[in-house]
Amino acid sequence: MSEADRQRRANWLVPIAGTAVVVALFAGVHLTGSVDHGRWDQIYAPAIMLTWSWLLAWKLNASLASSGWWASRYLVPLIFGATLICLWEAAVRLYSVPQVILPPPSHIAQSFAANLGLLWGDFVQTILKGALSGYLIGCGAAFLTALLVDRYDYLRRGLLPLGNFMAALPIVGTAPILVMWFGFGWQSKAAVVVLMVYFPMLVNTVAGLQDTTNMQRDLMRTYAASWSQTLVKLRLPAAMPFIFNGLKICATLAMIGAIVAEFFGSPTLGLGFRISTSIGQLDLGMVWSAIVVSAIAGSLSYGAVALTEKRVTFWHASQR
Amino acid sequence: MSRVPPVLAMVLALIAFWYVAAVPMNIKEVLTAAERAGAEIDPPAAAERRDMSNWALVLRNTAYLGGSWSVDRPRLPAPHTVVAELYDSTIDEEINGRRGLVRSGSLSNRSLIYHGLVTLNATFLGFLIGTGLGVLLAIGIVHSRVMDMSIMPWAIVSQTIPIVALAPMIIVVLYSIGVQGLLPKAVISAYLSFFPVVVGMVKGLRSPDHMQLDLMRTYNAPTSAVLWKLRLPASVPYLFASLKIAIAASLVGAIVGELPVQKGGLGARMLAGSYYGQTAQIWAALFVAAALAAVLVWAIGAVERRTLGKMGMQA
Repeated sequence: MSEADRQRRANWLVPIAGTAVVVALFAGVHLTGSVDHGRWDQIYAPAIMLTWSWLLAWKLNASLASSGWWASRYLVPLIFGATLICLWEAAVRLYSVPQVILPPPSHIAQSFAANLGLLWGDFVQTILKGALSGYLIGCGAAFLTALLVDRYDYLRRGLLPLGNFMAALPIVGTAPILVMWFGFGWQSKAAVVVLMVYFPMLVNTVAGLQDTTNMQRDLMRTYAASWSQTLVKLRLPAAMPFIFNGLKICATLAMIGAIVAEFFGSPTLGLGFRISTSIGQLDLGMVWSAIVVSAIAGSLSYGAVALTEKRVTFWHASQR
Repeated sequence: MSRVPPVLAMVLALIAFWYVAAVPMNIKEVLTAAERAGAEIDPPAAAERRDMSNWALVLRNTAYLGGSWSVDRPRLPAPHTVVAELYDSTIDEEINGRRGLVRSGSLSNRSLIYHGLVTLNATFLGFLIGTGLGVLLAIGIVHSRVMDMSIMPWAIVSQTIPIVALAPMIIVVLYSIGVQGLLPKAVISAYLSFFPVVVGMVKGLRSPDHMQLDLMRTYNAPTSAVLWKLRLPASVPYLFASLKIAIAASLVGAIVGELPVQKGGLGARMLAGSYYGQTAQIWAALFVAAALAAVLVWAIGAVERRTLGKMGMQA
């Protein structure tokens, strides 16, 4: 029997044999009554069932992953996520975890569906008004600064170490100050986002603009290309992977900035406001719904940037 | 050291800009104070002044601008005020304060040294947990295709969730089941620092090329030996690059984690400052946080240089 055959047989044998063992265990306990029934029903039986379904799903994933089937690339993570959610639901119900600590996914889905209008308002306030406008202003300003910095070497040597330093700072801490300056509306959130995304974007763009070889620049010079021509035809395209890297980092940072800034004062809507007030009311279903909204928004914005990157930098080694 | 003059010039320009910006930012407070002292201000009605732009007020009342940098509750405190507040709430508080180190034998709970240490503790604990988990997960991902395929996409999605938004909930929930103190903050730090480590380590552990892996195979090396003797040493430069990001992220996590529970820490100081309009206090806390971040990143850089030097890689 070859190695592959043995592997294939094990893929079937292990789950079947394991299920048999679990069934036998349950039957044995019930027939002999050797274990205290209260503890068995409350603690051991659910634990065994949960572990068992986890292993079963893992096994399914393992065989999918090694099958080489094209759809397994998408199926494996989906099955993993679905298993996590099912186990979460089952564990919360089986162990009757209080809802103020961890609500089951079904409860979160219910309160999500019941408050769609409210959550949409929060989404518009925090993501579209606060995060998106700040993201555009911040990244745009950083891009223009990067062009300036790249043009004048003195600026580069002076600003870049500062930019590197500022990019590592906890800029979130400026949120209370900016909320004091720009009021409770979305403008202060946008200001926090601008500050948060500015330096990572600047550092990345400058690094990208430097990423051409001497040969390439000499070639442009032999064509008698002007500074702007070199910029548009050579250095900006070469900088694109770096620029998109910065844009991706900033997409997440923008959401964090907008939400955290709301903790320091906001009108009566917004995701951060919803999270902090719903915690006060111990309405964890609502808290998790707000988190789901921000997760969806975060994934979508990250995905959008990644997709644009794929189309713009199709020539880069990481995309081929 | 050709880097010093340009950086210095930029820093000086920033400070000069700060001083200039403080004039229009604080003009309303300055004029109110001058009016109380009996001075004549251009639009005499306070309501009229409220609707005017700051620069117009500055141009009309040039005589009273001297107070811009020493006003009582400024919207933007001047740099020297912040430095004075820094001194007051660190050295002065410890030496002369009633609860300071000199008189009471323990750090004063009103000093930034105490609050900085509180934050630092949570940062370190979270950093250790996050880095440990990250390295373990990366080793798992590199060795198991299932783990790679199932966990990696979710790890990326998990980072698009602004986890900092979860901070208050994590803390309140952990608090309600009896976990409090350092651990809840450390959990948030760990979550933030864990992802850069996973990504960097997966890249690093996969960095040995086919030649090297084939050589290990010709030695009939078991997987563990490949890990210990080839993959882990090869991943060290990647590890340090991620550690620098991770420690800065975990400091942010600790600060945000201190916002909901007012039990000390730089985050608590900032929120208290924003509640009571103590701008200088917020700025001072911010500067301490910035200094902490800089020192932590620098320290990891120093360890990196030593380690890589000893391992014979480029320092």
